[in-house]
Amino acid sequence: MLNSLASAGRRALPNQWDLIAFAAILAVLTAIARSYHGISAPLPVPNESTVSLDYWQLPYYALRTTLRMFAALAASLVFTFTYATLAAKSRRAEMVLIPVLDILQSVPVLGFLSFTVTFFLGLFPGNTMGAELAAVFAIFTSQAWNMAFSFYQSLRTVPEDLNEVARGFRLTGWQKFWQLEAPFAMPGLIWNTMMSMSGGWFFVVASEAITVGDTTITLPGVGSFIAKANDAGDWSAIGAAVLTMGIVILLYDQLLFRPIVAWAAKFRVELSVSQDVESSWVLNLVKRTHWLRLGVSPVFAALRSVSLWPVRFPTITPPQKTSGERSWVLDAIWILIIIAVAAWAAWLTISYIATELNWGEVAHVFVLTFYTLIRVLLLMLLATIVWVPISVWIGLRPRWAEAIQPIAQFLAAFPVNLLFGAAVSLVLVFNLNPNIWLSFLIVFGTQWYIVFNTIGGAAAFPNDLREAAANFGIRGWRWWTQVIIPAIAPYYLTGAITASGGSWNASIVAEYVKWKDHTVVAQGVGSYIAQATDKGDFPRIVLGVAMMSLFVTLFNRLFWRRLYAYAERRLRL
Amino acid sequence: MLDTAVTTILDVDKVSQVFSTGSGELRAPVLSDVSMRMKTGEIVALLGRSGSGKSTLLRIIAGLTRPTEGTVKIGGEPVDGPAKEVAMVFQSFALFPWLDVLDNVEIGPRSNGVSHDETRKRALKAIDTIGLDGFESAYPKELSGGMRQRVGFARALVMQPKILLMDEPFSALDVLTAETLRTDLLDLWQEGRMPIKAILMVTHNIEEAVLMADRILVLSSNPGRIASDIPVTLPHPRDRLDNDFRALVDKIYALMTQRPDTTKPAAREAATAIGLGLALPRVSTNSLAGMLEEIAAPPYNGKADLPHLADSIQLEIDDLFPLGETLQLLRLAEFEEGDIKLTPLGLRFVDMDVDQRKKVFGDQVLAHIPLASHIKRVLDERPTHRAPATRFREELEDYMSEDYAERTLRAIINLGRYGELFAYDENSQTFSYENPQ
Repeated sequence: MLNSLASAGRRALPNQWDLIAFAAILAVLTAIARSYHGISAPLPVPNESTVSLDYWQLPYYALRTTLRMFAALAASLVFTFTYATLAAKSRRAEMVLIPVLDILQSVPVLGFLSFTVTFFLGLFPGNTMGAELAAVFAIFTSQAWNMAFSFYQSLRTVPEDLNEVARGFRLTGWQKFWQLEAPFAMPGLIWNTMMSMSGGWFFVVASEAITVGDTTITLPGVGSFIAKANDAGDWSAIGAAVLTMGIVILLYDQLLFRPIVAWAAKFRVELSVSQDVESSWVLNLVKRTHWLRLGVSPVFAALRSVSLWPVRFPTITPPQKTSGERSWVLDAIWILIIIAVAAWAAWLTISYIATELNWGEVAHVFVLTFYTLIRVLLLMLLATIVWVPISVWIGLRPRWAEAIQPIAQFLAAFPVNLLFGAAVSLVLVFNLNPNIWLSFLIVFGTQWYIVFNTIGGAAAFPNDLREAAANFGIRGWRWWTQVIIPAIAPYYLTGAITASGGSWNASIVAEYVKWKDHTVVAQGVGSYIAQATDKGDFPRIVLGVAMMSLFVTLFNRLFWRRLYAYAERRLRL
Repeated sequence: MLDTAVTTILDVDKVSQVFSTGSGELRAPVLSDVSMRMKTGEIVALLGRSGSGKSTLLRIIAGLTRPTEGTVKIGGEPVDGPAKEVAMVFQSFALFPWLDVLDNVEIGPRSNGVSHDETRKRALKAIDTIGLDGFESAYPKELSGGMRQRVGFARALVMQPKILLMDEPFSALDVLTAETLRTDLLDLWQEGRMPIKAILMVTHNIEEAVLMADRILVLSSNPGRIASDIPVTLPHPRDRLDNDFRALVDKIYALMTQRPDTTKPAAREAATAIGLGLALPRVSTNSLAGMLEEIAAPPYNGKADLPHLADSIQLEIDDLFPLGETLQLLRLAEFEEGDIKLTPLGLRFVDMDVDQRKKVFGDQVLAHIPLASHIKRVLDERPTHRAPATRFREELEDYMSEDYAERTLRAIINLGRYGELFAYDENSQTFSYENPQ
């Protein structure tokens, strides 16, 4: 499932490892920002031709964007297979890797864009390669964490009996990974990959056209097309972009993901053939053709042989019988090293921010973050009030649910930037207060997570409970509070946690909105970061991102995780 | 089979197993000083209740778990890591759901460097032997439980092990399927059609052990020890209704329900001294009452033969014994030479109405389960009359493993709630006297 809450059950409160992970992540960013300052000359503007609003270019742009997304996806898969595997196999690595991952998936990655862009541009000065890599990396940061978490969780929950079979047959580490662990993790990984792909669009749009200080990057793609359309105030171009995105999403969904999901149904560990069998016309086509199969089957056979190579991984985990004391001493040394590195990292960050900023600024950012927090909370509440009843209504009608759930998932891919024109126009025309009315943009892309998860929950509501409720005449308010809301709570929370995380990210875009030559700003940490990014003011970016990350992490731990753990414990049917 | 030279094929020497907790502390041992031997051509059953460490012993023999102390030798070679000479059949079948039958059977040899052709030859032969022809390309989830376990057997046989290890292989199957599979397996064994030299099976089903094994090792619980070694000399095919068969089953029931305090005074002292350390099984209070009523009614009229009772109320010993023991603990019934007999109080209990029953039950729990009186005392002493569950859990963990402690706590909550001794709030995990008014 969605793994922003994968670790929900483990612990709800932040602990020392979170602090350490937090410090380390910020320090890496600070280090990058510092090195940027070290380069005296301004970075050359990449010499890629600028994007035009010519519709005939759109297929090409769509292709470029899609390639970027798949490049990022490939990187995410490599990351998943290595990082998550290491974390699952080595206890000491796990101590560091998992808190880091946990923080990474709850911090607003979009805020980091400026750092990573400067870093990659610095790697390839004067070359578009740097900008391309920066964009791919930005998408990667939106895709990788939940995939890695899902994989890690799966590796940790491989059924013990299957594990014993693998060990009893003396499968090597390599064989066991491909024969048991990877297949077992497959359904979760595929689901998370699809979610990541949707979430990636938001970052494509943000990363293809970005200004950091004096450097402006424009890569040919749908994202920069949207940015250009926003600059020009061209409504029909926005429409064309929406259409293009829709087609692209449909294409990769039908041609790639559906076949994979249908094929991967066999990896689900369950006792009986499930009722709803996924099907894919593409997969059926491939299965029916002769030639294609002839072409494909040797590839599969070869892969199978590779998966059976008797490669032995170097044993990371010590054998069971190590003396307890030695292991304890090593642990202590290891923990000391980690703490030392983290302390140094924290000092690096603080001293960097302190060079240009004072406590007054910190307090200011604190207040701004508080504004954004209120905005996120209220909008989540509003989205909940509006969407939960509608979603329940839909979910309890299977035919509707079947049709609408995929649409909601589809809508989640559309980035908020598409609404900039509408938002700015409305605010200007009706002279509205942007602090209030821009807030709605925050949940534009993220409300759909609530919708399709709640629909899923309501659709899974057991029929006998429905009948019992009807039979005992439970109606109205009581029906909502005592019957359906507890039943959908775990599902709703899964969606809400994702939506909340996404909303924080969206605030960076949604609180600072440009359309033609108008700029509308809402007070909040999102606009603070966005403005600092425009100016290339790194200490302020670090401060803003750090503050936001702190809020998000605490908010997740103290609020969402506890709620989710409660729902899992008490309400899961 | 029988003409092979009779040699020791398995030698388990003074094996003990102690699991440590996460914090590294050692807990009560699971197995203590277990020694056993198996000869070529033997089927040995390890009979014990859940928690007797029989599955742990099987895993130690398979080399999947390393014993804390002691050694295991198979064919004279010490076992160090997963052993080549054994193959295991699992209670849960443990098939890879993403592989079809043929691939599932082939995975062992293919992973161990057996050539593709040789693997295929062996796999098809095993599939043929075990009666799976025609199912080669089926996926496990398409198969019934019986067919799945056949795949489990084929997968083990294809490894050509010396010893076939079986971990309750029939207990996840329905009665008819289990019986068919047992008979098929025995036939293959008698005819020498399986490339194995001995079978070691773990079971909690007494009749199954008597039906199949040449020798039955009864394991006692907490810690696991070999309590008795019973040879079974009945000729195959064995008849469940045969008098000798019944007598042996009765004898084993008696052995397994023997009260330690009737044989050794030392054990009685130990049991009293344990106090809080008394591990409680999780039983339903409805089942307790139901069992009392069943024994009180005809044909038993207050005294029931355990095998008959097990048969008539469809309970395996893993369910039957905990019920019986809890009744014995509460002085409502007692075991006697393979029978269970109601006490005078037990007989009166049957005729009471719900409120009287709850009263008697509560009194008995308080009088005879030290943990219950301990919780009540703590609640009485505290001004708030509330106490967190963690407090008792930690106390219990001084005597038993975390799992046992959790189970015991659950059991006392259940008994205490029924007997209206105290209330327990799941959300705050606290004991109190407060019930909703």
